Amino acid sequence: MSNSSSQVEIVRQSLRRRYRKERRFRMYGIAAIAVALLSLFILFADIIGKGYTGFLKTTVTLEVELDGDTMYLEDPTNPDEIAMADFTAPIIAALQTHFPEAEGSAANRELARLVGSYAASDIRDLLEANPDLLGTIQTMEFLAHDTVSVYVKHADNPRYTVRLSERQQQWVDELMEKGVIETGFNDILFSKGDSREPANAGILSAIVGSLLTMFVTLVISFPVGVAAAVYLEEFAPQNRLTDFIEVNINNLAAVPSIIFGLLGLAVFIGLFGMPRSVPVVGGLVLALMTVPTIIISSRAAIKSVPPSIREAAEGIGASRMQVVLHHVVPLAMPGMLTGSIIGMAQALGETAPLLLIGMVAFIVDVPDGLFDAATVLPVQIYLWASSAEQGFIELASAGIMVLLTFMISMNALAIWLRKRLERRW
Amino acid sequence: MKLKTALASVALAGSIAAVSTPAMARDTISIVGSSTVYPFATVVAERFGRNTDFPTPKLESTGSGGGLKLFCEGVGTSHPDITNASRRMKKSEFDLCQQNGVEEITEVRIGADGIVIANSQDAEKMDLSLEQVFLALAKEVPNPDGGDELVANPYQKWSDIDSSLPDMEISVMGPPPTSGTRDAFVEIAMEGGCKQFDMIAKMEDENEDKFKSVCHSMREDGPFVEAGENDNLIVQRLSRDPETLGIFGYSFLMENTGQIQAASINGVEPTPENISAEDYPVARSLFFYIKKAHVGVVPGIQEYVAEFTSEGAWGDNGYLVDVGLIPNPRSERMEIAKRAKNLEPMTGNEL
Repeated sequence: MSNSSSQVEIVRQSLRRRYRKERRFRMYGIAAIAVALLSLFILFADIIGKGYTGFLKTTVTLEVELDGDTMYLEDPTNPDEIAMADFTAPIIAALQTHFPEAEGSAANRELARLVGSYAASDIRDLLEANPDLLGTIQTMEFLAHDTVSVYVKHADNPRYTVRLSERQQQWVDELMEKGVIETGFNDILFSKGDSREPANAGILSAIVGSLLTMFVTLVISFPVGVAAAVYLEEFAPQNRLTDFIEVNINNLAAVPSIIFGLLGLAVFIGLFGMPRSVPVVGGLVLALMTVPTIIISSRAAIKSVPPSIREAAEGIGASRMQVVLHHVVPLAMPGMLTGSIIGMAQALGETAPLLLIGMVAFIVDVPDGLFDAATVLPVQIYLWASSAEQGFIELASAGIMVLLTFMISMNALAIWLRKRLERRW
Repeated sequence: MKLKTALASVALAGSIAAVSTPAMARDTISIVGSSTVYPFATVVAERFGRNTDFPTPKLESTGSGGGLKLFCEGVGTSHPDITNASRRMKKSEFDLCQQNGVEEITEVRIGADGIVIANSQDAEKMDLSLEQVFLALAKEVPNPDGGDELVANPYQKWSDIDSSLPDMEISVMGPPPTSGTRDAFVEIAMEGGCKQFDMIAKMEDENEDKFKSVCHSMREDGPFVEAGENDNLIVQRLSRDPETLGIFGYSFLMENTGQIQAASINGVEPTPENISAEDYPVARSLFFYIKKAHVGVVPGIQEYVAEFTSEGAWGDNGYLVDVGLIPNPRSERMEIAKRAKNLEPMTGNEL
């Protein structure tokens, strides 16, 4: 009697310890998740905190008198006159209407530095397109100079250096009160290519470059990967050779991406004489990198199709090929797609192999074909992050946000496809 | 069935994309080369693209050595038309060009760039001599106790080198060996300081290889940190850590005068005037090289060169000065611009 009660006592004591152990184990798990979430949160907070101003542009709206005399321009259709005309003069004149006291060449130069360096060519382009406007007064919106933009957005931020003179700061303050200088949504970011002037720099050419490159990658790697997986899983004999191939595919998936860049340089550019910096070569290199990932995930997807389906199909007289194409592949498709999309998302963020084939480049024009010089999103971010101008700090963070949006939507697509197409047995 | 056709069409499209690779003519100028010249060349390229009907040139930042290698690989549209360099072409590179059929090359010296050693505005301003820079950063230095032998660098604090220097740990961040800035720093500052010691200077005539290895080796025991190509990171680190110094190009100093200050070297401040007049000791010339065989094949090369060598760009008040270029003297500019316009080829003897 006493014996059994002491046994219960022992069990009860050890029970408590075992429960404690389990609680502790759970706590470790929760702590691990908390660390992961916290670091993710810090990362996002940092990027968004630095980068949200990248989505804002600073503009200067002026009533510009397009006077032929101040510009030394009589006939805007004559290219020689256009080349010799002074398109900065009307901007200075328009700014002087706000500050009549600013006279002399030093003050003029400081006034002109309030607007971006492409303001003059905006006027030229306008007059070239509409010669009739000569002599009229136009309300034009110019981009502010980089230094003004930094002052307007970050005057209190010690990370930035304000590079305006006292006088310029006063002017800017006054113009902001009058509503001449305003901040608005930075549409340039999504409508233009790279520029050396932060206000004029956009990410469109990189987005288009990324899409073209990803298109080539998808078109090559998906069929090759799926076909290889289907053959290896369904048709290939089990022997030393297929074992060897399998081991090599697994190794290939672990090869550092820069190696694929070297391969691309030697084979596609060196041997086939393809041009440098074009999306085709970039896409081919990234496809080489993605194929092993797709093969592995596709094989796993095919393996997970229950044998009963195969047996049933064979049992009612389907041929091997009918079994594979009508039953196995459609059922494995969600898994294959998920693997492919994750492989593609990885390729989207890749820069190292592209360095060697010349896609790390300053590209202004939006590429309009697979053989046009192009760059990709992560490269654009890298280039901005390493530029000296202060305005690029926020643009780099804004670029990261755009890239993350692409990544997250691709992963969301993968999840949606899986949920949509998945079948349970 | 649908799936089959979809798969088939995807495979077909893939094979078309893979097979159709014509050796096509190029209408965009392709420029490669130095990361130091990159910020200047990109500004010119952008203006050129905006103000003319030619497409904007494509610029790759490959480093001076990498650029010259690509440039000298051959003639034809798969090779670049222009390469930028933050040092002069070497004789070996010129020979490589000749071997590969790149015979006529025009050299354009665009101006100068200074390399600065800077620290945070919050820290004490430094005044260093090249000799002190060498002693602080070299792998091997002459034995401080006297004698004619080299010992592993024993200096851990600036005050160990010279009592007039501050009593703080030597901690300097600089560019990696792939960078042109590093090449120039080693060749100008380190070698300049190294030559001040008689025993090493003697070595130059006797055993040049040994001389080079002594003068060009940076220490690897901690006080010198390689920071990667991104000069912005160095600037960020400096503003946070007043005990650290950084080595980078003048244009980064100019953009960040609010946070960092430059040390004077041999008593000379790195101002544009001093760099241009070659008073500031750590300055170097910047170049680009044009492949004459491509002029007329790829449209716009001559017009691009004309834009680069116009007074509005590289002149004393040109837009390149705004991004940190230190211009050549006017007489030299006129001379170089004329040669660039006529595309006068190099003979190889000037190197």
